[in-house]
Amino acid sequence: MAEQLIQIENKPPNGDWRDPRVEFRKGVFCYSAQPKNVAYLGMANPRPWQPFDSDWKLPSDWKQIILEGLKDRLKKYRSFRLFMDICVRCGACADKCHFYLGSGDPKNMPVMRAELLRSVYVRYFTAGGRIFGAGRELTEDVIKEWFYYFYQCTECRRCSVFCPYGIDTAEITMIGRELLNLIGCNINWILEPAANCFRTGNHLGIQPHGFKASLEFAADELEEITGIRVELPINRKGAEILFVMPSADYFATPHYFTLLGYMTLFHEIGLDFTYSAFASEGGNFGLFTSHEMTKRLNAKIYEEARRLGVKWILGGECGHMWRVLHQYMDTMNGPADFLEAPVSPITGTRFENARSTRMVHICEFTADLLYHNKLKLAPKRNDNLAVTFHDSCNPARAMGLLEEPRYILRRACNRFYEMPENTIREQTFCCGSGSGLGTDENLEMRLRGGFPRANAVKYVKEKHGVNLLACICAIDKATLPTLMDYWVPGVQVAGVHELLGNALVMTGEKERTTNLRDEPLPAEVTHA
Amino acid sequence: MSVVFAAAGPVTLLGVAREGQAATAGQILLWVAVPYAAFAIFLAGFCYRVALWAWSPVPFRIPTTCGQQKSLPWIQPASLENPSTGMGVLGRMALEILLFRSLFRNNRAELHDGQYVFGESKWLWLGALAFHWALLVIVLRHLRLLVQPVPTFVTVLARWDSFFQIGTPALYVSDVVVVCAGLYLLLRRWHDPLARYISRFADYFVLLLLLGIAGSGMLMRYGTRVDLVNVKRLALGLATFHPVIPDGLSVVFLIHLMLVCTLAVYFPFSKLVHMGGVFLSPTRNLANNNRMKRHINPWNYPVKTHTYAEWENEFREKIKAAGIPLDEAESGGTTNTD
Repeated sequence: MAEQLIQIENKPPNGDWRDPRVEFRKGVFCYSAQPKNVAYLGMANPRPWQPFDSDWKLPSDWKQIILEGLKDRLKKYRSFRLFMDICVRCGACADKCHFYLGSGDPKNMPVMRAELLRSVYVRYFTAGGRIFGAGRELTEDVIKEWFYYFYQCTECRRCSVFCPYGIDTAEITMIGRELLNLIGCNINWILEPAANCFRTGNHLGIQPHGFKASLEFAADELEEITGIRVELPINRKGAEILFVMPSADYFATPHYFTLLGYMTLFHEIGLDFTYSAFASEGGNFGLFTSHEMTKRLNAKIYEEARRLGVKWILGGECGHMWRVLHQYMDTMNGPADFLEAPVSPITGTRFENARSTRMVHICEFTADLLYHNKLKLAPKRNDNLAVTFHDSCNPARAMGLLEEPRYILRRACNRFYEMPENTIREQTFCCGSGSGLGTDENLEMRLRGGFPRANAVKYVKEKHGVNLLACICAIDKATLPTLMDYWVPGVQVAGVHELLGNALVMTGEKERTTNLRDEPLPAEVTHA
Repeated sequence: MSVVFAAAGPVTLLGVAREGQAATAGQILLWVAVPYAAFAIFLAGFCYRVALWAWSPVPFRIPTTCGQQKSLPWIQPASLENPSTGMGVLGRMALEILLFRSLFRNNRAELHDGQYVFGESKWLWLGALAFHWALLVIVLRHLRLLVQPVPTFVTVLARWDSFFQIGTPALYVSDVVVVCAGLYLLLRRWHDPLARYISRFADYFVLLLLLGIAGSGMLMRYGTRVDLVNVKRLALGLATFHPVIPDGLSVVFLIHLMLVCTLAVYFPFSKLVHMGGVFLSPTRNLANNNRMKRHINPWNYPVKTHTYAEWENEFREKIKAAGIPLDEAESGGTTNTD
C-alpha cells in the first residue's frame, strides 16, 4: 500500500473567478442521470449525455427556462432572495467548507459558490446588472460551472453557522440544483435512488419480498448471536408505532449492525410496532433534487401511518432523512392529525418536542429509556472499542440532536472520547459524500471533502487510541469507512444503536461470545 | 411617505433664501436639491428592498441550529443558540445584531504538516463590531445638528464618547475607532489572499466611501474648525423643510455632505442593505420548534405521489408470496391475514 495519498494544499487563490470554465477531470464529478430514471420521475429533458461531453444537449430555450425558474424561486423563497442580496463577502465562511479545505479550489468557498448564482441574479434581476452590466452573463459554460460546483456541495450547512447573516449555502445549492433539473442536468447517483424510491418505496429498489427476506436474514444472524428470535412485524395494521429507517440499514454494511441493534432493543422492551415494506425508506433523495421531489417521496410516510392506523412514528438513524422529517415533512405533507402526540409506551414520557409532527428520533426514544433505567447494559462488551462520535450534519445543524446520541454512547461504552471542539456538534465536518455525492466515480473529491473530518479522527486516534467512529447517518455509514481506510486506517464505523445492541443485556439471552459483528468480545467479558 | 419627501424637495426650493438675497440655482442644487433627492432615494429604495423580502413567503422553517435542541426534559437545551420559543429567537437575534454572535465563532483553518488546525480568529469579529458600533454612535451624535433642542441622550452620548478629554475640541472615541476599524477592514481585503479573491470593486468602494465621510468629518472637527452654527442652520432647515443656505459653509463641509449623499443614493442598490436583511434571515429568526408546531407554506401545492394502492397493485404477487398482509385481494375484497 505504498500508494501516494492525495496532496492537500492550501495555496492562496488567484485568477479571475468570473471565468466559468471548469475541467471535468476523472474522480471529481458524478455521472449524469440515466434517461430512464429522469423519464420515470417525469422530469425534464431525458437524454444520454455526460458532463465531459462538449454538447450537453440542452433544450433550445434553456436560457429562458433558467431565468424564469430563477424569477419564480425569487418570489417563492425569502431565504433565496435575501441570501442573493445581503452577502457582504466578509469571508468568514471561506475556510469553513470541507470541500474548500480539501480541494483548495477557491470556488468551493461558500461565498463563491453562492456568487456563481448571484452574479447571474445581479445581471438579470437588479438595476446594477440591467443598466450597468454588473454580474455575469448566463452562458452554457456557466451552466456547466453550476453543475460542477452545486454537485460539489453536500448541503451540510456548516458555513451557515459562521455567517453573520445566516446565509445558508445549502439553500442556494438546493435552488441551484432545482434550476439545473429544469433543463435536465442531474446526476444518476441521486436520480436513480429517487426513481427507485418512488416505485418501490426505497432508494435501493428493494421489493416487498426482498424487504422481508432481508429482515429475516438479520433475525437469523441475531438469533445466532443472542439465542433469541425477534419478531418481524411488517405492514401490521393496528400496531402502536410505525418504525421507519433508511433502506441502507437493512441492505448495507455496516448499517446492518445498527438494524440488529434496533431489533435487540425493540424485542427487549416488547415494543408494539411494525416495519413497513411500503414506507421502507426514511431517507429522501428528493431533498437533493427539488422541493417538489422531496414532497413526492416523503408523502408515503404519513400515508402509511394513516393506513396502518398507528399512533405515532419512530425514525431510525439517518442524517438528511431527519432534515426532511424535522424541517419539511409536517409542512409538506401534514397535518398529522390522524396520529397522536407520541408517548413512550415504556416510560410514559410524552415527547412534547414532537407533538405536531408526531415522529420521534430513535436516539430521543432510547435516551429516554436509559434515563429511566429501563435497559440493562453491559458496556464492558464494548471495551475493545475506543469510541468517538461524528455529529452528522443534518441532525446537528438542522435539529440540534447533540446530547441524545452522546448520552446513549456514554452509557453503552466505557471508552468515549470527543474530537476537537471545532469539528463536532454544530461545527461538525461533513463526511464529504452527503447530498447524493457518495458515488465511486467522485471518489477523489469525496476523499478531499472528507479530509477535515478524517483529520479530527486521526487526532483522537493518536491521542486516545480511538478505533471506532460512531455516527447516526446512513450516508456516513456508507462512506466514512472508505474515508477512514484512506486517511485513518484502523478506524471502523458504526451506528449508535449497534453499540447499544452490543451492550444491551436481553432477558433470556445466551452467553454472548461475539458482538453484533460476529467479532469476539473482549477477553475479560467472556472470562468474567 | 417617501414620495411626499421627494415631492417636498422641489416645492420648498422656491422659498429658499440665502441670507436675505436670492440663492443661485447652483447653490440650491448643491445644498438643498441634492440632499433631498439623495435622502428620498435612500428612503424609497431601502423600503422597497426590505418590502420585497418581507413580502416573499417563508415556505419552510429552516433555522440553522447551533446548539442542543429542546427535547427531553432532563437535557438542557441551548435556548439562545437553538431557540424553540419566540423569546429565545428574540435573544438569538439580539446577540446576532448587537454582538455579531455568529462572526464571533470564526476560526482559522491552517495546514500544519498535513493536518488542519483551527485557531482562534477574532479580529474580523472585533473589527466589524467596532466599525458598526462606532458608525451608530456617530450617526446618533449627528442628531444634535438635526434636532432642536438637542435630545438629552445625544448630549450624554457625546459626553461619553469624548470621555478621555484629549485636545480641544475633545477627541471622540468613535472617530478613532471608525477610522482604525475601517482601515483594518480595508487592509484585510487587500492583505488576506482569500478576502482579496472574493472582494469586488463594490466592497472596496463602500469602505473607502465611509472612510472618506469619516475623514472629511474629522477634518472639520479637529482641523479646519467648521462653523458649526451655520452647519446646524442648514441641517435644521433641511430637516424642517424650511431650507436656508447660510453663509460661510466650507468646501470641506460640502465634500462631506456630497459623500454622505453618494452613500445614501448608493445604499439601496448595494450590499449595505444587509442592515435591514439581517433581521429577516430565516436561518436565524425562526424558532426550532418544527416538530412542535406546524409551519404553513402559503404556496404548498399537491404533487404526484406513488400511493400505497399503486404500490400494492404493482407488487401484489410478491407481497402475497412473502406473506405480508394485503389491503385488497385480487378479487378486490379486503383480506385480513391476522
